[in-house]
Amino acid sequence: MTDTTKTAPWRFRQPSVLPGFGLSLGITLSWLVLIVLIPLSGLVFRASGLGWSDFVALTLDPRTLNALKISFGTAFLAAVINLIFGVILAWVLVRYRFPGKRVIDAMVDLPFALPTAVAGIALTTLYAPNGWIGQVIEPLGLKVAFTPAGIVVALIFVGLPFVVRTVQPIMEEIDKEVEEAAATLGASRFQTISRVLLPGLMPAGLTGFALAFARGVGEYGSVIFIAGNLPYVSEIAPLLIVIRLEEFNYAAATAIAAVMLAISFAMLLFINSIQAWSRRRYVYVA
Amino acid sequence: MDVRVHNIRKEFGRFPALDDVSLDIRSGELIALLGPSGSGKTTLLRLVAGLESPTGGTIFFGDEDASQKTVQQRNIGFVFQHYALFRHMTVLDNVAFGLKVRPGHRRPPAAEIRKRALDLLELVQLSGLDKRYPAQLSGGQRQRVALARAMAVEPNVLLLDEPFGALDAQVRKELRKWLREIHDRTGHTTIFVTHDQEEALELADRVVVMSKGAIEQVGTPDEIYDHPVSPFVYGFIGQSNCLAVTLQNGEIWFEDRPIGLRAPAEPDGPANLHFRPHDIELIDGCGGCLAGLVTASRRVAGTRHLELDLGRTHPPVEIELPPERAAAGDHSRIAFRPTKWKLFRDGERQTEDEKAEQQDVEESGETEAFELARTGT
Repeated sequence: MTDTTKTAPWRFRQPSVLPGFGLSLGITLSWLVLIVLIPLSGLVFRASGLGWSDFVALTLDPRTLNALKISFGTAFLAAVINLIFGVILAWVLVRYRFPGKRVIDAMVDLPFALPTAVAGIALTTLYAPNGWIGQVIEPLGLKVAFTPAGIVVALIFVGLPFVVRTVQPIMEEIDKEVEEAAATLGASRFQTISRVLLPGLMPAGLTGFALAFARGVGEYGSVIFIAGNLPYVSEIAPLLIVIRLEEFNYAAATAIAAVMLAISFAMLLFINSIQAWSRRRYVYVA
Repeated sequence: MDVRVHNIRKEFGRFPALDDVSLDIRSGELIALLGPSGSGKTTLLRLVAGLESPTGGTIFFGDEDASQKTVQQRNIGFVFQHYALFRHMTVLDNVAFGLKVRPGHRRPPAAEIRKRALDLLELVQLSGLDKRYPAQLSGGQRQRVALARAMAVEPNVLLLDEPFGALDAQVRKELRKWLREIHDRTGHTTIFVTHDQEEALELADRVVVMSKGAIEQVGTPDEIYDHPVSPFVYGFIGQSNCLAVTLQNGEIWFEDRPIGLRAPAEPDGPANLHFRPHDIELIDGCGGCLAGLVTASRRVAGTRHLELDLGRTHPPVEIELPPERAAAGDHSRIAFRPTKWKLFRDGERQTEDEKAEQQDVEESGETEAFELARTGT
């Protein structure tokens, strides 16, 4: 046995004796190259053609910096809010039975399907100073439409399904017995939730958070309607890219895009490694 | 601590899962709730734990009425069939959980908690595994962690719901012996639920046999096995045969002949004769006995099991013989007579009813599960 492993030439670890690994890996890689890698490397290629000093100058332009700050800041805030309410929503959908549950369950996916521009216009109409919600909160000193707050609202809308849909299946697998065990050991309801249930949901929650965050950073359609798009205040990076393109300033557009790409990739990598770490700690077992 | 269950009733919807059940459990006792699925044994355990609330009746822990207390206040230890360990916590954290969640004034200092958890891990023979996660343990080890976790809170009573049900036969046997040792050493009042009669008889001080939401018999393993009080207990505990017989002048008749057994106190009429496969003697030449044709013969460990056809519509009878005696009997006629037996009245009708009801219970069992799922929040 040991002899054969010694003399055998090196190869990929075979996950099973059934064939198909080579073929499926080949397809996966070519597909990824075609769909993701070539367009993105085109972007990097263009950006590298700029030259370092030009690139830095374009990136450090205050308007660009502000746009990036707004894009990442609002996306982060929206993802945090989505994480909190998405988990609660998933909890209600998993744990309780009530009339109309299926309808609500289906409604969660609507932000996936709705053209984002429609969502943006609808939200703007609601939150504008003369809209249904706007005229209620306006006297309270809250301005949502045409401010960064509006951007957050739009991003919450588009990002909600990501958290709910990633957390929901994991929540369904949590045995009710685990909660009962905590109760028999004297844990209050609050302790059960904070010490037993939520930590178990952390990996899934992080995935949902990462997806919602990534979606928020790249979102364009819904935001441009509600944001007001004031430079330095409520102008998001994707919009700035479009503006630069319309000005035929391809270099600036490329630079902003490259920076966004780099930051997004770094953050996703970071979130993924947290997840991998927490998953290693408690391997999922039946 | 004494646990007294007083006229407990529990209904799921309209289906009664427990019907007026009373039971006294003495302090330090190891007691088994035994019954088929749907008999209400798990429901009874969960009522004692406070994981369900009774429709009627009271439960006393010592002299205190526990029925109005919440699960948290009852201070019990509960072990689930599927362990229900907290999988994001290490073994040590799992065991320490019950102490850590105590309110400040009742919580021991951190070092003390750690020491107690480590001591318990030593008691359950898991020293050195304290930094592992549940996923890294075998089933038997996980169940031992679960037991240590339940014992950490110094419970009034330890409740185990089919604790070995998910383990394979070998591990189950080992753990059974080990649980008995732990119990003898710690002296916790312990109630465990099982559908495995062997487990109940081997492990428990007293066995509570349950059927259809009621208690059929409570007694030591010897009493339960040797003196079953009802046909159900006779049939459920150990192997047994049941034959329709007739009584005439204090003599037991099978079909058209007396079989040499006397029951002088019994009135005439139909009855059911119950006896165990090993409680028989072989007889040469039948002048008052049971006789049948051997239709099947299998070797089971130290004995040989023979299946006999007694003719007509009678169900086949099983007897056990030492292998050397049985060898001659293959595919021939065997005459025998029960040495220990019991008569139950009600005749053929009862057995028919019982079958029908058995089916009811099966169905209600499902209803129960459904109800649990439905009311579960």
